[in-house]
Amino acid sequence: MSDILGLVAKRLGLGLIILLVISVIIFFMVELLPGDIAQAVLGQGATEENVRNLREQMGLNDPAYVRYFHWLRGALMLDFGRSIVTQETVMGVIGERFRNTMFLATYAAVIAVPFAITLGVVVALLRNTIFDRVANVLTLTSISSPEFFLGYILILFFSVKWGMFPAIASLSDSMSFWDLLERTFLPALTLVLVVTAHMMRMTRAAIINLLASPYIEMAKLKGAPPWKVIVRHALPNAWAPIINVIALNLAYLITGVVLVEVVFVYPGIGQALVDAVSKRDFPVVQACCLIFAATFILLNLAADVGAILTNPRLRHPK
Amino acid sequence: MSIFVLSYYSLLLIASCLAAFYNQRSAFLLLFSLTLVSFIVGIIGGADALRIIAIGAGVIALAAMVSYAFREFLILIVSREMAKELRTAPLTAAFGMFVIFAYAIAGIFAPWIAPFGEAQVVSSAFAPADENMLLGADQLGRDMFSRLIYGTRNSVGLALTATLLAFFMGAFLGLLAATKGGILDNFLGRVADVIMSIPSLIFALLMLSIFGPSMPVIIIAVSIIYAPRVFRLTRAVAGDVVVMDYIEAAKLRGEGTGYLIRREILPNSTAPLVAEFGLEFCFVFLLVAGLSFLGLGIQPPTADWGSMVRENATLISFGEITPLIPAAAIALLTVGVNFVVDWMLHRSSGLKE
Repeated sequence: MSDILGLVAKRLGLGLIILLVISVIIFFMVELLPGDIAQAVLGQGATEENVRNLREQMGLNDPAYVRYFHWLRGALMLDFGRSIVTQETVMGVIGERFRNTMFLATYAAVIAVPFAITLGVVVALLRNTIFDRVANVLTLTSISSPEFFLGYILILFFSVKWGMFPAIASLSDSMSFWDLLERTFLPALTLVLVVTAHMMRMTRAAIINLLASPYIEMAKLKGAPPWKVIVRHALPNAWAPIINVIALNLAYLITGVVLVEVVFVYPGIGQALVDAVSKRDFPVVQACCLIFAATFILLNLAADVGAILTNPRLRHPK
Repeated sequence: MSIFVLSYYSLLLIASCLAAFYNQRSAFLLLFSLTLVSFIVGIIGGADALRIIAIGAGVIALAAMVSYAFREFLILIVSREMAKELRTAPLTAAFGMFVIFAYAIAGIFAPWIAPFGEAQVVSSAFAPADENMLLGADQLGRDMFSRLIYGTRNSVGLALTATLLAFFMGAFLGLLAATKGGILDNFLGRVADVIMSIPSLIFALLMLSIFGPSMPVIIIAVSIIYAPRVFRLTRAVAGDVVVMDYIEAAKLRGEGTGYLIRREILPNSTAPLVAEFGLEFCFVFLLVAGLSFLGLGIQPPTADWGSMVRENATLISFGEITPLIPAAAIALLTVGVNFVVDWMLHRSSGLKE
């Protein structure tokens, strides 16, 4: 048991270090700007005095590493400073949006995970038949399409042609939970389509990789029906790679969510990031990037830890 | 029951019976399951839904025929060795090759194919299609079809340049890490870890917000983001090759690192690298398309598929499919490349999914 704990602790420590390195990158990249932020924000035409005032206000006169530690300490307490453009606190801009984004990603994940694993098992069972090949072509197509393509196709059919779901996912506080689910159905479905294809292919691959093992051969020889071979014998041993796949795809959702939010005008953190990038609102960009990167790393970490915990060889050491 | 519905079902049933009679098991399964699905869809959606299925089947059949003919054509014109390989290619791979070929033609000969210039305003905004403009006009009255053709050159060209850069950077460092080993290997490995643990789109947005969206920035940013993937693969593949006896022999002969990389390692690790190049291109292409969809890619008035989708997106709420065409062009190319890569991965046993 202590072996596993040691491995998990080591992995967590590594994750923490990577997160720290990334915070350094995110912070110091802005330092690469020619001139400094104050100059970049105010533009070429700014008077010397204005620039000096803004510098004072943003604390730019301190050396970079002092500001970094200041920023990091703030970030740990979810205080990312103020937006340059609107002067609001950054958390005021993205706090609510972060919740919305998490809601959308969870919504998509709750549909996609069971769906993808079931389909993956079915396709593994039907491998090398025409259904397998059709599924292969369909999933490849879905993976290869940009998220906005899928999103607009869904809008065209489900909302413009058939009028079943709203095309724009505007939210308000007074909405009931069902309303919320209906409003956000199309963005969630877009994410589901992208992620399901990935997960399905990887589940299928994980199971098929196991089918060459001797114990599968044994199960077949003793006369177990094919579905039982897969569900009872192969699947329990495929959990480790499948859990890995799920976590990796949830991490992938984090990136996909940015484009989908823009397509459906969904008030999430991805849209805030895109807006901030085009307005060059650096505190907001840094905060969004840090949040996205942290979520991404946490999910990758969960994938690794899950793989360690479900590995039977580590669970029952000799 | 219209004549269309009757003939639709009878055609499907006749085809499935024929397939069953001639023992074409998979064709029968496909046709008969299509029949069953049509029953359900027909009850729910009526004759229109069946018509959509029929059109879809027709398009797929057409694509299959084109790819079959293209494969036979390729087999005839290439050398014997290559022809042998090509005969094993499934229709999907042939389709992918055809798509790549068509895009290459469209990109190279863009000024001759396109009837108008990419930034030329030829009619009113959102003008419908007529005999001059195949696909109508965009939000400024520029010809959609011409912009689509020019977009091949710009979008694919940009993605290809970024992929090549990422590939050379990653492959070079990977080979170096595999041959040198030690501290350099460790250091590069950690750098790759860090870059790969930032989501690619987020990293690209961060870099673009700082350096501003211009062509060189996009190319360099994207290639930095995707170089670690190539680095890891090259290092792994080259790592397997490096421990071989013939490398030892070459080292004992006194050959330098450059010779080892060029003459011994590279020729023995091309197959997975070529497949990786295709995959990498898809990722880069989708990322660049995403960026330009967000308005942070190639800047106007240069025609670019991602931004064309965004600029014309309002048309979708009127039920027009025009804005979907550039998006479909992106999807078609990535699907095509993926089909080819899928075949190559399948063929080279060294690399599985």
